[in-house]
Amino acid sequence: MSSSRIAEHVRNIPRSGIRDFFEIVQSMKEVISLGIGEPDFVTPWHIREAAVYAMEKGKTGYTSNLGTPRLRRAIAKYVEQHFDVEYNPHDEIIVTVGVSEAIDLALRSLLNPGDEVLYNEPCYVSYSPSIQLAGGIPVAVATRAEDEFSLKVSDLGKAVTPKTRILMLNFPTNPTGAVMPLEELRKIAAFAIKHDLIVLTDEIYSELTYDDAPHHSIAALPGMKERTLFLHGFSKAFAMTGWRIGYACGPADIIEAMMKIHQYSIMCASNMVQEAAIEALERGQRSMERMKEEYRLRRNYIVSSLNEAGLRCHLPKGAFYVFPDIRITGLSSKEFSLKLLEEKKVAVVPGTAFGPSGEGYVRCCYATAMDQIKKACTHISDFVRK
Amino acid sequence: MDSLIRILKQNSSIPRTDLARQLGLSEDELASKITKLESDGTILGYHAVINREKWDTDAVTAVIEVRVTPEREGGFDRIANRIAGFEEVQSVYLMSGGHDLMVVVEGSNLREVASFVADKLSTIEAVLSCATHFRLKTYKENGMLHALEEAPERLSVTP
Repeated sequence: MSSSRIAEHVRNIPRSGIRDFFEIVQSMKEVISLGIGEPDFVTPWHIREAAVYAMEKGKTGYTSNLGTPRLRRAIAKYVEQHFDVEYNPHDEIIVTVGVSEAIDLALRSLLNPGDEVLYNEPCYVSYSPSIQLAGGIPVAVATRAEDEFSLKVSDLGKAVTPKTRILMLNFPTNPTGAVMPLEELRKIAAFAIKHDLIVLTDEIYSELTYDDAPHHSIAALPGMKERTLFLHGFSKAFAMTGWRIGYACGPADIIEAMMKIHQYSIMCASNMVQEAAIEALERGQRSMERMKEEYRLRRNYIVSSLNEAGLRCHLPKGAFYVFPDIRITGLSSKEFSLKLLEEKKVAVVPGTAFGPSGEGYVRCCYATAMDQIKKACTHISDFVRK
Repeated sequence: MDSLIRILKQNSSIPRTDLARQLGLSEDELASKITKLESDGTILGYHAVINREKWDTDAVTAVIEVRVTPEREGGFDRIANRIAGFEEVQSVYLMSGGHDLMVVVEGSNLREVASFVADKLSTIEAVLSCATHFRLKTYKENGMLHALEEAPERLSVTP
């Protein structure tokens, strides 16, 4: 079958590096996986129960394109309480099928062909392809281990051009667990204002920060709300990855444009899932805190064990990933990951899956049961010492 | 300290080296924290949560609602401690509502529990009445579900 019947702009997008790796892991038995980017917890029962109840009540029809008014009100309240930004539930919030859809809608609403988008890298695997699919040009700005992978405004300065239109941020970051110190975030905000950029902030890990590293959203900084899209979801904090629900908050004209695409392509997020989302926002804090505390303990364990094994990594302050430096082994990220998998049956994800600046690193996810983490650390230590 | 107690409450047999690493403490620091909790009576003991349907299936558990006459001096305390002293008694709580004490009793068979109620508990002078309820099945105990949940399938690598 000739591939030429596939549209050129899709053909030109490389396959996800994570996908290749996933297929190898899938073919093996009894692998301990630190390669999973999702909580190992099942969604808390009270949230699942709310969805069951919604179905019992017959909440099975379409909802408003923007999402149910009740959910939008709950989102407005939650975002104001936790992030200190006020949005009008009437026209400044849209409920989407995961934060992934929100990112896609935002890019498609804002980019003209050839517009450039800056984003911190290593980063979530879909940023670059999503930008390309929306007609934009991805411009990665590398972050470094010595800065604990926070974004430096001086690096943005080197990457910005007259064609730059959007700055995408994701802190805490998948795959590095990086957070942005407030002073640095202020500089980035000033940079965005100076260059008249629209900021997309992917806040998906923002509840998951540790050691009193308070999370600040760039949307809450002075002068930023009118140029920022605040993108968030339920997957990571409330362990709701498979529910596919997220939202975007921002200026009414952009939300309106996003709604236009959303209504023609998706219509609305599923009704009973929106009901569960309300439950998560209104009463999910306690179960979220419990999971977060568990992640914190696992993080302490894995970071201390990896450093002991000789793989240098800082104690990440957010998300549930640690991004150790594996250069001491003399292997590339991909070689390291493949060999570790073959010899010790432990799966980690090569840093290069998250962009070229991830070379020399691997991503280990600690949203995995403690006994698995413990075994994996022992195997990794044996592997490195050999 | 909260994390330490929470972890021990869930799994008191966790290896101390693992526990220290999770809490970011040295093993000596951890040991002295635990000793302190034990000596000030915050931690009273460590035990296993047993599924009675798998071990000692004849064993009987009863919850007994007891009404008592409080004493002029000491209220319910002396009576409650007197009841608590019996070996069969697992827990004693002072309750609000229709009865005063809730007593959880375990015996190796029905007769043992029945004779405890008839011979020991109800003959205490201050005890006015006892209503005994037998356990039929356990679903959750001390925060542990008794049915082993099947782990849902997860993909092995995801973004």
